[in-house]
Amino acid sequence: MKLLDRVLHRQEPPSGEIARERLRLVLAHDRANISPGLLEVLKDEIIAVISRHVPIDPDGVQVTYTEGPRVNRLVADIPLRTERRAQRR
Amino acid sequence: MSARVITITSGKGGVGKTTVTANLGVALAMRGQRVVTIDADIGLRNLDVMLGLENRIVYDLVDVVEGRCRLRQALVRDKRLQELYLLPAAQTRDKSALRAEDMVRVCNELRESFDFLLIDSPAGIEQGFRNAVAPADEVLIVTNPEVAAVRDADRVIGLIEAEGKGPARLIINRLKPELVRRGDMLDTSAVLELLAIDLIGIIPEDETVIVAANTGRPVAFTDNSLAGRAFHNIARRLMGEEVPFAPIKEPGFLGRIFRWMRSEGEEQR
Repeated sequence: MKLLDRVLHRQEPPSGEIARERLRLVLAHDRANISPGLLEVLKDEIIAVISRHVPIDPDGVQVTYTEGPRVNRLVADIPLRTERRAQRR
Repeated sequence: MSARVITITSGKGGVGKTTVTANLGVALAMRGQRVVTIDADIGLRNLDVMLGLENRIVYDLVDVVEGRCRLRQALVRDKRLQELYLLPAAQTRDKSALRAEDMVRVCNELRESFDFLLIDSPAGIEQGFRNAVAPADEVLIVTNPEVAAVRDADRVIGLIEAEGKGPARLIINRLKPELVRRGDMLDTSAVLELLAIDLIGIIPEDETVIVAANTGRPVAFTDNSLAGRAFHNIARRLMGEEVPFAPIKEPGFLGRIFRWMRSEGEEQR
């Protein structure tokens, strides 16, 4: 059955691969002691602080944790409203 | 001559710490080493039944620590292997009956007379785990190739490093080559990459381990099972031998045909 599935259509990755990807994320968060919930809290507070000074697009804000070979980073991606208008002109 | 104190731990319960401890004890003793296996799981002892020595216990680790007997009196000698001993845990007490200093003292007293002290740690990361790790010269982490076990192993590896007991080495237990081949189980390289740790052994899933637990005769007593051979390989590596990590062999001819049909020649490492 499995063989047939594979021939007919590319299905979702095997569960071992899914396990690996899930572990990659879980371990990164465990090691940094930064839970996905904490990232949400950080995101909300960042939105609050920044929008007091600059107009931003709150729905587009992303706060992620990444593990690098040397340094682990919190990356905040904050799209500005003004910037977009400026580019259109 | 001073013994090496090796603690076997895992974080998660049920991954095979006790089985590993019992079998490494047997394998090392069969190779002429003088070994004491120490059950540090106070209140939930099981190393005695794994080794088939449960009917010969008179005193236990807590009796020693609290001065009710001498250390030698608590050691149970395995009649099948002259140089294999068990220091049993107390069954009717809890982890608070023992402190880290007690474990260090007991191990130091045993060091002179033996080559290896193998400590079977309780699951978890609380006091019992700390007691088991305190006297360790080396730490072996047992995990299964699955998400929960690997996650807990990572946590424990971090704690071991923080204690200055690292680097720990990894035993992957209950690997099913067939599932790995199908892509439905984490393979060895994925686990090693995630945990960033050195490997010391891979134990394949093997029904003879269940039979061994039923009878109290660890699989390492004979080397005619896959798991038994894997335990002996770990024992040899502990003794400094270079033993290559051979791919785990297929069950048989039919299995090989199925493997070919699935057209995945990828081998485990």
